[in-house]
Amino acid sequence: MSGTSLVTARERALAVLGGEPDDATLGRYLHGIPGVDAVGLEQRAAGLGTRSIKTTSKQRALDTIISLIDLTTLEGADTPGKVRSLVAKAMTPDPSDASTPRVAAVCVYGDMVPYAVDALGAAHGDPDDGLISVAAVATAFPSGRSSLEIKLADTAEAVAAGADEIDMVIDRGAFLAGRYGLVFDQIAAVKEACRRADGTSASLKVILETGELVTYDNVRRASWLSILAGGDFIKTSTGKVQPAATLPVTLLMLEVVRDWHLLTGQRIGVKPAGGIRTSKDAIKYLVTVAETVGEEWLVPHLFRFGASSLLNDVLLQRQKMTTGHYSGPDYVTID
Amino acid sequence: MSFLDYAPAPESRAILSLRDQYGLFIDGEFVDGRGTPFQTISPATEERIAEISSANQADVDDAVAAARRAYDRTWSRMSGRDRGKYLFRIARLVQERARELAVAESLDNGKPIKESRDVDVPLVAAWFFYYAGWADKLDHAGLGANPGSLGVAAQVIPWNFPLLMLAWKIAPALAAGNTVVLKPAETTPLSALIFAEILQQADLPAGVVNIITGAGDTGAALVAHDGVDKVAFTGSTAVGRAIAKQVAGTDKKVTLELGGKAANIVFDDAPIDQAIEGIVNGIFFNQGHVCCAGSRLLVQENVHDEVVERLKLRLSTLRLGDPLDKNTDIGAINSKEQLERIRELSDIGVAEGAERWSAPCVIPENGFWYAPTIFTNVQTSSRIAREEIFGPVLSVLTFRTPAEAIAKANNTPYGLSAGIWSDKGSRILAVADELRAGVIWANTFNRFDPASPFGGYKESGYGREGGRHGLAAYLSPTPIGQAATRQSLAAPATAKPIETADAAPKRTRRTAQRSRTDSATKGSKR
Repeated sequence: MSGTSLVTARERALAVLGGEPDDATLGRYLHGIPGVDAVGLEQRAAGLGTRSIKTTSKQRALDTIISLIDLTTLEGADTPGKVRSLVAKAMTPDPSDASTPRVAAVCVYGDMVPYAVDALGAAHGDPDDGLISVAAVATAFPSGRSSLEIKLADTAEAVAAGADEIDMVIDRGAFLAGRYGLVFDQIAAVKEACRRADGTSASLKVILETGELVTYDNVRRASWLSILAGGDFIKTSTGKVQPAATLPVTLLMLEVVRDWHLLTGQRIGVKPAGGIRTSKDAIKYLVTVAETVGEEWLVPHLFRFGASSLLNDVLLQRQKMTTGHYSGPDYVTID
Repeated sequence: MSFLDYAPAPESRAILSLRDQYGLFIDGEFVDGRGTPFQTISPATEERIAEISSANQADVDDAVAAARRAYDRTWSRMSGRDRGKYLFRIARLVQERARELAVAESLDNGKPIKESRDVDVPLVAAWFFYYAGWADKLDHAGLGANPGSLGVAAQVIPWNFPLLMLAWKIAPALAAGNTVVLKPAETTPLSALIFAEILQQADLPAGVVNIITGAGDTGAALVAHDGVDKVAFTGSTAVGRAIAKQVAGTDKKVTLELGGKAANIVFDDAPIDQAIEGIVNGIFFNQGHVCCAGSRLLVQENVHDEVVERLKLRLSTLRLGDPLDKNTDIGAINSKEQLERIRELSDIGVAEGAERWSAPCVIPENGFWYAPTIFTNVQTSSRIAREEIFGPVLSVLTFRTPAEAIAKANNTPYGLSAGIWSDKGSRILAVADELRAGVIWANTFNRFDPASPFGGYKESGYGREGGRHGLAAYLSPTPIGQAATRQSLAAPATAKPIETADAAPKRTRRTAQRSRTDSATKGSKR
């Protein structure tokens, strides 16, 4: 999966903003976007959550969920062995059922990328072709509290090691201080750092860390800002801050993505991450995607789940649908 | 196959144990009606559900007599605390049998199960819980200490929220110490009859609530009955007007909750995605069969095109079909007559030059259906902007300034509800202040709570239901017996014969009753 060009992104942003992306222009633009009514947004999300997905629809949903998972390990204790185990799980989620789809990507820290690439071998590639991508978190993840130089070096190193996707964090402090120009420039610079020697680019996911932005208005503005600056994906959270992904926040980000598509024709991806642990919850997200932006978004280059424990719950549900009875945690593998 | 073609997820009907025939619920028991029975059908399939008895004049007499006996002998003598216990018990039974009631409601009415399950039935329980709490606190209802009940309440309810309207009527009436004769709508009697079973289960004293089924003439006979002290009606303005005429000159107290043509006002700074949801919920909730529906959308002209475009996109995702399917958003129109009225008014809209757009829905072969429809290019003079359609049809009008929005919103013979969408709090308050409507929602629509009074201005009726105000509608400032005594003490002796002969027997009987009750109560307290 490859990222879009920075030059095109910048031209598009200038056209939408009608001026240079400085604090003043971005401020006027982002504060001119209609507000979000929290009660109404949560009510709508809850309504979407009541859809009843049964039988054949559920079967299909479970397979779709697996194919959209970024199987993640982001621990200080990560080792090459842990990453190899994760990759094995990504390639063969359920050894008892060969028809189980593979996940979309594995998501690791930058220094673990070489081990992931190595372990994937021939399975490494674009999830749209049935292969598995390597995503790396970068830019002083999870806080983002570092100099731009270090963030760029962090990114470039991961890309050089073979990462196909970069999950960067925005500078929430700068965003909350109203320094939208700075946030924009950093995203654009990281996007530039995603460029490979051959001219192609790693895909860029921009993590908003919605749990630190707190208000829905902020989430909406940060979503627009990230897309304007050239993000290929907008992602809710690092998983290190609570609350992480929620259905209302994801719905809101999907609405921005829908509006951006109406405005420019470009399709941006969305990745809720952290806190989605059950098939039941994940199905609510699928419904929300399909009924907000459309079913064509339910593909790996437009929607992902950032999760680790979700996969096994989906596998248990999947086994139940095939065999007719529930098994147990020892009938799915740990990674 | 598309993911969005969700596999059928029907709520099971197995939970219902319906009888083939239902009688009238009089004096705690089901009895055969003496009118010509009728069939109740499912509007989604036109299948017969059950045969329902029809109450004639003699049955109405029996029901009112049973309610009077229960009032005199039991209910008016019971302490508020004990009345509250019965109401709490009913509320809990409604919760216990919630799924059954929801299925019955969707089957008989045609509304989506997600609404009957998530809105109607929970609100029914909430209403009984709320008024159960009031039963022993009537001193605080705003009418002074020890307010009196009225007697027998005749209650006639519509088909759009059959069980919820029943709760709105019965709960405050019983909390205040009245007894009830209730007539559900002809097309939706089923949930009321299951509710009658719940009353039996709750061991409510016989006659405190009587439920009689039938057509309009049954309701008319009930409202006109001499033995009735209070009339509460929810339904069309035409029938409400007839009732007002009928009870004029009698000492019956009346509350009427009638039609509406609510304005839903969207300003250009509205939270747009939530406003779209609010517009959809405002007019397409319950197929638009809502008296307070936001059927007139007033959009600020500079955002009109954007709002209409987004609205059409959103309406295209609505699922019309089997009301018992948990994913259905739009159910069936309640009756053939109503469908014809919706069609007729929509055709008039087209003839008057408005532009019709309907969501692309597959309409089932049987049953009564109408696709969610919006009319643009509607003028204030259009009939579809003035008359209540009571269906899934939205008329879109524009305005330029807040003053124009207010003027257009108020320019209707109705005044039941209104909605305001804006991110600016001061504007919401200023506009709400000028709107002549009983309920005003800000950045939301069609939200109900038992603690909030509900009712209209102008042709939308009078009186309030819900909250303390709804309770007061079933109370008298002083017990009727005491009032009569005071009057006779204060008035000169010569004034006494003015009390008409025909009113005398009833009042005398009640005076006697009341004094017995009082002494009994006092005695028991000591």
